[in-house]
Amino acid sequence: MRRPASFRRLSDLSIKVLSSLAALVGLAALAWILAVVLERGWNAINWEFFTALPTPPGVAGGGLSNAIVGTLFMTVLATAVGVPVGMMAGVYLAEFGRTTKLGSAVRFTVNMLMGVPSIIVGLFVYTFLVLPAGHFSGYAGAIALAVLMLPVVARTSEDMLGLVPNALRESALALGAPRWKATLGIVFRAAKTGLVTGVILAVARVAGETAPLLFTALNSPYWPSSLNQPTANLTVTIFNYAMSPYPDWQQAAWGASLLITAGVLVTTLTARFLVGEARRQ
Amino acid sequence: MFRGATALCAALFLVLALAFLEELVRNSSLSLGQFGAGFLTSRAWNPVTGEFGAARRVFGTVVPTAIAMLLAVTLRVVIALFLVELAPPILARVVGGGIELLAAVPSIIFGMWGLFVFAPFMAKHVQPALGDTLGFLPLFQGPPMGIGILTAGMILALMILPFVSAVMRDVFSMVPPIVKEAGFGMGSTTWEVTRKVTVRYGIRGVVGACFLGLGRAVGETMAVTFVIGNDHAISASLFSPGNSIASALANEFTEASEPLYLSALVELGLVLFGLTFLIQVLAQLWLRALRKQTGGGL
Repeated sequence: MRRPASFRRLSDLSIKVLSSLAALVGLAALAWILAVVLERGWNAINWEFFTALPTPPGVAGGGLSNAIVGTLFMTVLATAVGVPVGMMAGVYLAEFGRTTKLGSAVRFTVNMLMGVPSIIVGLFVYTFLVLPAGHFSGYAGAIALAVLMLPVVARTSEDMLGLVPNALRESALALGAPRWKATLGIVFRAAKTGLVTGVILAVARVAGETAPLLFTALNSPYWPSSLNQPTANLTVTIFNYAMSPYPDWQQAAWGASLLITAGVLVTTLTARFLVGEARRQ
Repeated sequence: MFRGATALCAALFLVLALAFLEELVRNSSLSLGQFGAGFLTSRAWNPVTGEFGAARRVFGTVVPTAIAMLLAVTLRVVIALFLVELAPPILARVVGGGIELLAAVPSIIFGMWGLFVFAPFMAKHVQPALGDTLGFLPLFQGPPMGIGILTAGMILALMILPFVSAVMRDVFSMVPPIVKEAGFGMGSTTWEVTRKVTVRYGIRGVVGACFLGLGRAVGETMAVTFVIGNDHAISASLFSPGNSIASALANEFTEASEPLYLSALVELGLVLFGLTFLIQVLAQLWLRALRKQTGGGL
């Protein structure tokens, strides 16, 4: 049985309108979130926000300098641990382990670890490092972030190195270069933009993470003089302050939200831009 | 040498995965021994009397996830249709890029926005409207508090939208143009081609994409913790507050002083770990089968 053309045209039109609306909903949500964060966070940000230590609720002034520094320290340390190890694993997967048993086992594990919720990573580092040490520490927080970063870096490195044509590897080896030189000197150089982008995206992802820090770095109102103690960080501060009943703390939480969102979005957009540039070349 | 060093780093991942399992099992052994398999079905959660069960938290994890999947997948299929079939390329790039940018927003920001902006909005406009029109269903009864299972599910839907998105767009553009053109050539409308050709061609890929989004949603912590309301009840109403496994961990872990309490919380973590592992395995097997069938490209 044929349906009349007018019905078909009408249902087509309504679906078209619906799908345009749906796309608009996605964009509107992003715009709404960003606008709120910008509007509410902007009022909290001033010179003191970056330079002063937090104050108790009700006491004017005060900032989150300790949390800013703590987040930076832990992210840098996590990157220093996570990127080399993850990238080496990516090299193995792309260069040596394409068909080996170890390769496919690791590939499966990497994908699985990418799916592990970040709070479970925090739980794992808590039982593995914090319990034996007997206290929360910034080191544990950095390790938790590194664990989160490892599979992401390994996966993107494998993908990026896999894009490099085999002829490049063969010509390097034919010239008598040892395998490590062929990989690090030739293949890495060819895949440079992709690798850098992967690292930037991984850093951006863990910098905004809260859940893995809850039971590892915890939080602290003091200056992070050593990472061997509970360490202040922006994301857990947002969580604690937002859940508090004090308006000035909530205000500070919005300021921290703006800072972390801006940081993460700028890094992500930089990475995107790099990819776009590379593609144009 | 070089090969050995890289293999070592690669093998580290296997060690890491085993260590995850070992640590979680070892630290929940107390609770595992005490409650056995009954842990999964018991509704009890009483730190004072030392009775613990996962049922309420599993409920609080599964229901918002189901809402999120339902919303995100529907929305996503329609958006993918817009991006691939309807929008001019420049607009498609802007809209697609914007939606993928949602993935870069840290989950705690979704939580802040959810608690301070979206939950009041739900309480004022959406929930009363739902209650008025669909209030005869037990799903939409109860006081409109804003926070609760429905709000958590909707925010989760927004969060996983971009994750489902990337794969879905690939799936939609993977359909050979000639098949679609054949459809158009027969005089079909855009919607008919999408429904009868594109979706049918890409349905397996869509399912794979859903699995990946599902894995995300199940373990999401911060956004859910902010808005789910942290109540242990199991209620038919979607307006009522609940508690997911992840939000229970985030809220209670640092307060747990009793060894058994701590052990029960770690066991909750083990349940969540098992859940995400299962989803990952299913997704991977599915995608692998798909790849074999279509000969790459995804």
